[in-house]
Amino acid sequence: MFDNLADRLQGVFDGLKSKGRLTEEDISKAMKEIRMALLEADVNYKIVKDFTNKIKERALGADVLESLTPGQQVVKIVLDELTSLLGDTESKLTLTSRIPNVIMLVGLQGSGKTTAAAKLAYLLKEQGRRPVLAACDVYRPAAADQLETLGNEIDVKVFRGDGKDPVAIAQSAIKFAVDDLKDVVIVDTAGRLHVDEAMMQEAKNIKAAVKPDQVLMVVDAMTGQDIVTVVEAFANEVDFDGVIISKLDGDARGGGALSVRAVTGKPIKFVSMGEKPDSLEVFHPERMAKRILGMGDVVSLIEKAQKAADEKQIEDAERILRDGFTLEDFLKSIKGMRKMGGLNSIMSALPGANKLTQGADLDDSMIDRMEAIIYSMTKEERLKPKIINGPRRARIAKGAGVEVYDVNQLLKIFNDGTKAMKKLQNQMGGKKGKGKRKGFGGFGKMGGMPDMGDLKSMMDKLGLK
Amino acid sequence: MSFFERLKSGLSKSRERINESLNVLFEMGPDVNPEFWDDLEETLVLSDMGAPASDKIVSELQDYSTKKGLGGAGQVKKALVEQIAEIFTPVEIDPFTQEKSCVLFVGINGAGKTTTVGKLANEGVERGNSVLIGSADTFRAAAIEQLDVWGKRANVEIVKRERGSDPASVCFDTLDRADELGSDLVLIDTAGRLHTSQDLMRELAKVVNVTRKRADGKYRVFVVLVLDATTGQNGLQQAKEFNKALELDGLIVTKLDGTAKGGIAVAISHELELPIYKIGVGESIEDLKDFNPDEYAAALIGEKQGA
Repeated sequence: MFDNLADRLQGVFDGLKSKGRLTEEDISKAMKEIRMALLEADVNYKIVKDFTNKIKERALGADVLESLTPGQQVVKIVLDELTSLLGDTESKLTLTSRIPNVIMLVGLQGSGKTTAAAKLAYLLKEQGRRPVLAACDVYRPAAADQLETLGNEIDVKVFRGDGKDPVAIAQSAIKFAVDDLKDVVIVDTAGRLHVDEAMMQEAKNIKAAVKPDQVLMVVDAMTGQDIVTVVEAFANEVDFDGVIISKLDGDARGGGALSVRAVTGKPIKFVSMGEKPDSLEVFHPERMAKRILGMGDVVSLIEKAQKAADEKQIEDAERILRDGFTLEDFLKSIKGMRKMGGLNSIMSALPGANKLTQGADLDDSMIDRMEAIIYSMTKEERLKPKIINGPRRARIAKGAGVEVYDVNQLLKIFNDGTKAMKKLQNQMGGKKGKGKRKGFGGFGKMGGMPDMGDLKSMMDKLGLK
Repeated sequence: MSFFERLKSGLSKSRERINESLNVLFEMGPDVNPEFWDDLEETLVLSDMGAPASDKIVSELQDYSTKKGLGGAGQVKKALVEQIAEIFTPVEIDPFTQEKSCVLFVGINGAGKTTTVGKLANEGVERGNSVLIGSADTFRAAAIEQLDVWGKRANVEIVKRERGSDPASVCFDTLDRADELGSDLVLIDTAGRLHTSQDLMRELAKVVNVTRKRADGKYRVFVVLVLDATTGQNGLQQAKEFNKALELDGLIVTKLDGTAKGGIAVAISHELELPIYKIGVGESIEDLKDFNPDEYAAALIGEKQGA
């Protein structure tokens, strides 16, 4: 496999650790590695030059020099710059109110236009649109047959017209769409070389005839240095609004994506990842940046783990909102406290608990005690603390080897915490109640994510990991 | 326009760049102008030869020029042409001029396999061969229909089955039919696949094995990787994986009529010791040409040679 940039830079910086600080020469060495990594990823030579100059400037800043792990610091800078270069503009596919909307696909031979056209149709169909595909590649033998077969597979009509004049086919496809109540026309055009004047003129003619709302260029992820020449020519001659990167399911690093952005400024809208119709995905600049740097595999792995963790966390949070905070949760939070260290600081972070801890001398033996008390409860008691009456308290105290007083204190802390949580919950606009299975959906009107963030940080404080 | 002119005009941009640089060199001498060598390296990198290979070529040329005391731009040019031409693995056996040969075309999606088969069928017919095409791309929509059109153009029979059938059995049938017809040249198109798809690579390995077994020495079987000239550094990885799974015999580089230089083919040919049989330099049926490393290197650098 390829060396990834992080490893390469580690190699450069490892030898420097003892020196304590980085010189300009060290940075230059790092830049050389970055340059090689980008060239290996097929980022265009000139763009690499500009890019490394920019990175060098930033890397020479004090934050890197003083950093304990300059290698990682530099990787972060490269990643940030790369990410912002790849996608700081809106990259969604925006349809206009015109009916039918017209989307035209252009690109070199074999870049994957026909496949992308079918995938796009499928995506739009899933979004409730009624697309039609126009087969305007009249040159490649059986191109229209291919589109028609793909169209049949996803149950989208393919308009073939007379199979001779691409301009006429595109125009008639629009008429057909109007008559047949379709609202999007996807025009699949023939692959063409950017140096083929007649064919470039044809693309211009089709564009002029159907005035597409969007022209998308399909670019093969494996394309090398020449991509710059190609997209420049297409941008100048036909002009396009966005890019679909195809064949990203291979192991090409796809540095061409960066070149396309840098040269034309056009946003990358989709990545195409396989043979199946549903494999057209929205473009994620950061993922692409990591892929270009050869950090892809690690990232997706972390992402997967992260996702699993998040899901569990959200599940817990959702359940608490639905059913209320239970002693089970409290037990988890106590366990979390152990990991987090100092009890005092944690208690002060726990809603409502600070009142109780005022003046009280807290130490870790208290954690042990709380844990023991909860362990001595039955499952039912943990889930429904209200049922814990006098006799139960006595039994629990006996089981945990503490006084009834200690059990009472724990329940008080717990009740105050629950109250505080409810208050917080009301502030956030979420109401506990039945039929609230949607969970966080209910927070949508409150601004969605920020509330989730609040909740999450609250959960973190509680140690509910 | 002759092939050489066409190839040269396709490569003219880089030639101009090198010419300009070499003029500078001519005035300043080879040993004291780092900018010239940088530009040379840039040209090579831009041809997709890969940064490490370009570094190596340039520094070797630098040493060589100094040692030999090359005085003029012409001499340095000539040395570079020779160096690049030598990197290619030479063709020892041309699959298209054998008495009985069966060629399987493999490669990633959109490389130009089907078109190449069509062109080669035509070339074979014109040479007076009895050609048969096997349509083992049973996956891609309308691949069989596409090949059908090519078959009709070249007036060549095609062995086909319906879409979705087993590609290995199509190969088997094709060779059966070739035996019946006494064909000299059998061309088999396979479905494009990414080298990262293990299942599809295994399927292809089976196709190749079945064909080799069925050919049973009667036909010499060649497995040819079709490579798009616009491919970047991933091309080497592709070729390695295909070679590992299938034991390739050689390469065909397509789409050299654009502005792409196909530099990755240099690296592939060298590293995997695979000859380049043909290059595609245009859309029309006669635009598939024999590969000549000297001409290619000369056209890349802008030095006339031979042709």
